[in-house]
Amino acid sequence: MSRLSEQLALGRFVVTAEIAPPKGVGLDVILEQAAALKGVTAVNVTDNQGANMRTSPVAVAAVLARAGCEPVLQLTCRDRNRMALQSELLGASLLGIENLLLLSGDHPSFGDHPQSRPVFDLDSIHLLKVVKGLNGGFDMAGKPLSRAPFFFPGAAAVPEGEPFELMFHKFRKKVLAGARFFQTQAIFDTAKLARFMDAAAPLGVPVLAGVLLLKSARMCRFLNANIPGVRVPQTIIERLEKAADPTEEGVAIAGELVRFARTCCQGVHLMTLGQEKRIPEILANSPKQC
Amino acid sequence: MIVSKQKNREEMAALLEGLDSLFLVGCSACATVCKSGGEEEVFRMEEWLTTLGKRVTGSVIIDSPCNVNRTARDLRDHRVQVEEADAVMVLACGAGVHSVVLKSGRRVIGALDTLFLGNTLRNGQFAEKCSLCGTCLLNETGGICPVTLCAKGLLNGPCGGMEDGKCEVDRELDCAWHLIYENLKKQGRQDIFTRTVPAKDWRKKQPPGELKVK
Ligand code: SF4
Ligand code: SF4
Repeated sequence: MSRLSEQLALGRFVVTAEIAPPKGVGLDVILEQAAALKGVTAVNVTDNQGANMRTSPVAVAAVLARAGCEPVLQLTCRDRNRMALQSELLGASLLGIENLLLLSGDHPSFGDHPQSRPVFDLDSIHLLKVVKGLNGGFDMAGKPLSRAPFFFPGAAAVPEGEPFELMFHKFRKKVLAGARFFQTQAIFDTAKLARFMDAAAPLGVPVLAGVLLLKSARMCRFLNANIPGVRVPQTIIERLEKAADPTEEGVAIAGELVRFARTCCQGVHLMTLGQEKRIPEILANSPKQC
Repeated sequence: MIVSKQKNREEMAALLEGLDSLFLVGCSACATVCKSGGEEEVFRMEEWLTTLGKRVTGSVIIDSPCNVNRTARDLRDHRVQVEEADAVMVLACGAGVHSVVLKSGRRVIGALDTLFLGNTLRNGQFAEKCSLCGTCLLNETGGICPVTLCAKGLLNGPCGGMEDGKCEVDRELDCAWHLIYENLKKQGRQDIFTRTVPAKDWRKKQPPGELKVK
């Protein structure tokens, strides 16, 4: 059993973080980042994030696992058909990876290979079901596996998505398809998060609120224009604009969001974009419970 | 209708290198509506070829060159001109090009890029609403196709990139799933939202498609 699934089962407030594989084969940066993340429960490894080509997340997740840092393997439907996804999953299990975050994936038009053919043979719901099947010892075609893997599958949620009812419908479908935990996209609006958690709580699946470390107003504008599903509100942009030290302000904002998440979520997923060293400060900004 | 557009002149000039004479084939159906291979465009093409110093041995506008037999008949009617040319240039969709390949026995130059099955919105404006997936879901989606109108072809609701009902790929465009949701809601129906849609059987879409109606 992965540490992530254990701690969630115990009802601990869980902290996860994420790193992006390098574009290249150097291991030093990954290991450095992993070392900076020793304090968190698990670390997501992104899969050609933002549709930018990078080193295989399965390989990087395996390296992390070997270095004693528990990975959450992110896997998207954008670049692989159903055969490739299943074979990648079995390979990941072979390398000791248990936690998964199963996603549809950002469209290639956002990334550095916009000419590529988007695959989307499956969607995230199908992929969740595939993992359920693999855990049960069968592939998608119903063929038995020589030995079944053991995965702890998670999925993404969008608490601030509108229209709410439509977004929530998809969330519920993911629960039914076998999602055992959720990590959300970056949240900024605590009222919206509270509304989402009120609706989600009865479904009984733990939710880790996504908290993004903002560095400057300029970064917010870039994110708003280029990253799907991230919408930094004007009030936060203004706060960063007025701050004497925007980086400190960003840490403070993240801390406030973590503090709020402690009241209604089962954990937080910190997206620090290379600023892993600030994680202890972000957590210190909110009363510690574990 | 099959929507097509002409290749750019530069690309076409490269294709024509070493060819001195051409016979032209146009299409009186789709390519006429798209203004890519109707009478007018065939005439303009002739003019352009002449400026390149090429000789045009003749031309014909076929009523749907995708119809193999009709294409055979019309080419037969122009046999001498067809044989006289170094190649036949076809201003029709890929299906039309193939009919000419099949029935002329000559080298064929396709002058168009074939784009999609399109609805005509108004004169000269087309949009793809169905991408011919072979297992149609429209009866459950209020007539709005997620396979085509969702940039990712998702079958089970919107992705995380939907914002206020708009698509992550283009904020000017509606998210297909938002359109489906609104349309069904208006009609008081749940339809596709009541079930998990299984992954598609893409064998139904695998080219080359073939159908015999008895
Ligand atoms: S579901 Fe398939 S057949 Fe039906 S409209 Fe969409 S692409 Fe066309
Ligand atoms: S926003 Fe909607 S239409 Fe666009 S890719 Fe996502 S689900 Fe598809």
